[in-house]
Amino acid sequence: MASGMDKSAEPAMAQESAFQRFLRATELDTRLLGMVGALVLIWIGFHLAGIWRTGNGIFLSPRNLWILLVQTSSIAVMTTGMVMIIVMRHIDLSVGSLLGVIAVIMGYAQVYVLGPWLGVGHPAIWILTVLIGLGAGALLGAFHGYLIAYAGIPSFIVTLGGLIVWRGAAWAVIRGETVAPMDERFELLGGGPFYASIGATASWVLGLIVCVLIVLAIRSGRQSRQKFNFPLRPIWAENFLGAVGCLLTLGTVLLVNSYYFPPKLANDYAEANNIPIPEGGLMIPHGFAIPVLIAAAAGIIMTFVAVRTRFGRYIYAIGGNPEAAELAGINTRRITLLMFSIMGILAAVSACISSARLNAASNALGQFDELYVIAATVIGGTSLAGGVGTIYGAILGALVMQSLQSGMTLLNFDSAFKDMAVGSVLVFAVWLDQLYRRRSN
Amino acid sequence: MTTSMTAHTSSTIQAFSDGRKPLAEMRDISIAFGGIKSVDHASLELYEGEVVALLGHNGAGKSTLIKILSGAYQRDNGEIFINGEKATIDNPRDAKRYGIETIYQTLALADNVDAAANLFLGREIRTKWGTLDDVAMEAAAREVMGRLNPNFRRFKEPVKKLSGGQRQSVAIARAIHFNANILIMDEPTAALGPQETQQVADLTLQLKKQGIGIFLISHDIHDVFDLADRVAVMKNGRIVGTARVGDVTKDEVLGMIILGKCPPGAIPGPGALAS
Repeated sequence: MASGMDKSAEPAMAQESAFQRFLRATELDTRLLGMVGALVLIWIGFHLAGIWRTGNGIFLSPRNLWILLVQTSSIAVMTTGMVMIIVMRHIDLSVGSLLGVIAVIMGYAQVYVLGPWLGVGHPAIWILTVLIGLGAGALLGAFHGYLIAYAGIPSFIVTLGGLIVWRGAAWAVIRGETVAPMDERFELLGGGPFYASIGATASWVLGLIVCVLIVLAIRSGRQSRQKFNFPLRPIWAENFLGAVGCLLTLGTVLLVNSYYFPPKLANDYAEANNIPIPEGGLMIPHGFAIPVLIAAAAGIIMTFVAVRTRFGRYIYAIGGNPEAAELAGINTRRITLLMFSIMGILAAVSACISSARLNAASNALGQFDELYVIAATVIGGTSLAGGVGTIYGAILGALVMQSLQSGMTLLNFDSAFKDMAVGSVLVFAVWLDQLYRRRSN
Repeated sequence: MTTSMTAHTSSTIQAFSDGRKPLAEMRDISIAFGGIKSVDHASLELYEGEVVALLGHNGAGKSTLIKILSGAYQRDNGEIFINGEKATIDNPRDAKRYGIETIYQTLALADNVDAAANLFLGREIRTKWGTLDDVAMEAAAREVMGRLNPNFRRFKEPVKKLSGGQRQSVAIARAIHFNANILIMDEPTAALGPQETQQVADLTLQLKKQGIGIFLISHDIHDVFDLADRVAVMKNGRIVGTARVGDVTKDEVLGMIILGKCPPGAIPGPGALAS
């Protein structure tokens, strides 16, 4: 049976161009390639524009790219959930306000409750704070989910209400004041202080572990398909995918390890740890920033949930055909409630990153984030009609948005023009996507 | 009304049972939507290895009655017995537990996922870690689709990219893969060409031979006479009558559908025109 299938597939293949054959063999998503291409173009464009304007291109410097990754983290975390919400034919407009209210709850908890109770600087403070934040996110999200799934109120309305209510609640919790500073360990979650990254050695170890996992995943996928005699990807395609995955991973490690501590900080660090300062100054690489690792973990976990669990499968099925999902015996209400609760948890994770990075919690934190999250998700190829969307696409979309903003900042654009450009890019990206979909159908 | 109802039920059971116990029996089922009685005190039973065709105009209540059996709608009134025992069917999961599988007129496929995902929707095979076992599901999908539609090999594509016939075969595969006792087919050939229609007819007879009871909802009266053992006709939510296919002519059945007139060969139901 398998051989019969292969034979019939041959004649069609002969008519394809080399590039089409390559795409078919590697099963790469052309949309993904397009997005990566767009991102690379944006990066090179800003770099060249920088050289032209100032004679000194800094966009593609390790420092700028490292900061770019940190700045993207908070939005990227929330896009991983927003993809699934939109796939399910819902929307969540409240994530920015949720982020704000959870941030002030966590700020209030550390400064006014946990600090005085346990003593400022107690090692349990950050853990308790994070747990309080995640708990609050889960509860508020579940509350939204309950209103949507069981009370039958459209998600647009529930979360539009939430957008207003939780922003007000954020003000009410701390009466408009800014709570600062955060606990020292909590602060590390934001990547703000220079010690909030894991250093060169740990970054290399992490990179190598990821490479091993990539190779193992490709091999086990191939073996299980072999066991059932399914058509396989050609060996060269498997090798190619593995090599690209490993090179990208190690390249990223090299990048984050090429951004060194500023000389003053490096010297302070050396003095504090009794390290002799060599000729030409001490070079201490940053390695991966903690918020970037958090965002990567969120992306991996949510991708796993989306493609490898029943819950994820049901979310896509509900998005494809809600009635069919119901008739297949799926408890769509429970899934909806759960998904909004997960979205709340992700907003709490972003609240940790944002407030830790700012080293303060204020009721304005996360304002307009919902719009950036939705825009990034849509630029990343998620269809507002539901059923279609990938988490890696949304994370790439977040990176595109942040790249545009950072790039224009480096070129000294007025913030009014930045907003106009970002908004236009959103519309343009969706138009391109429409063209692509029409052609591919 | 109630007495005439009971009389109808017992009389049809005597008339068609040949001493067998019905596989499924719907007794005195009613459901209303916003004051409109879509199904009004309908009773119907199905025996092992029997094809019962349900006929009637659009809006006569056929699909609604059958959706009550498949758990998609909750009845306001009446009882369902499966293998002679009272059954609780409040949702599609309950129905599947009783071995009732349904091929819906709309096919009820999730268009954005592939054939295997649709085949196992709600009943996924999982690995020992609780994750989806996509390879095992694809293997099962290849096996069952190989029987139904040997030329089918687009297992990696979302079902919206498939042809009408291919989509239909995915919906049929889903209904027969899980060892149904009772199969409900709502307009199974509406989207199909002549050749594929013949395939579905062959499959229906083959399943019947295996002892599966089949409810067939159809517009095509010729189809019905070829496949069904019995016909039941509905009009305005009520059963006009039920008859063995050999006891009535096509014209008489048309008279039941259009006028609600019950011929001498049929057993009248509560919807029959008083004559």
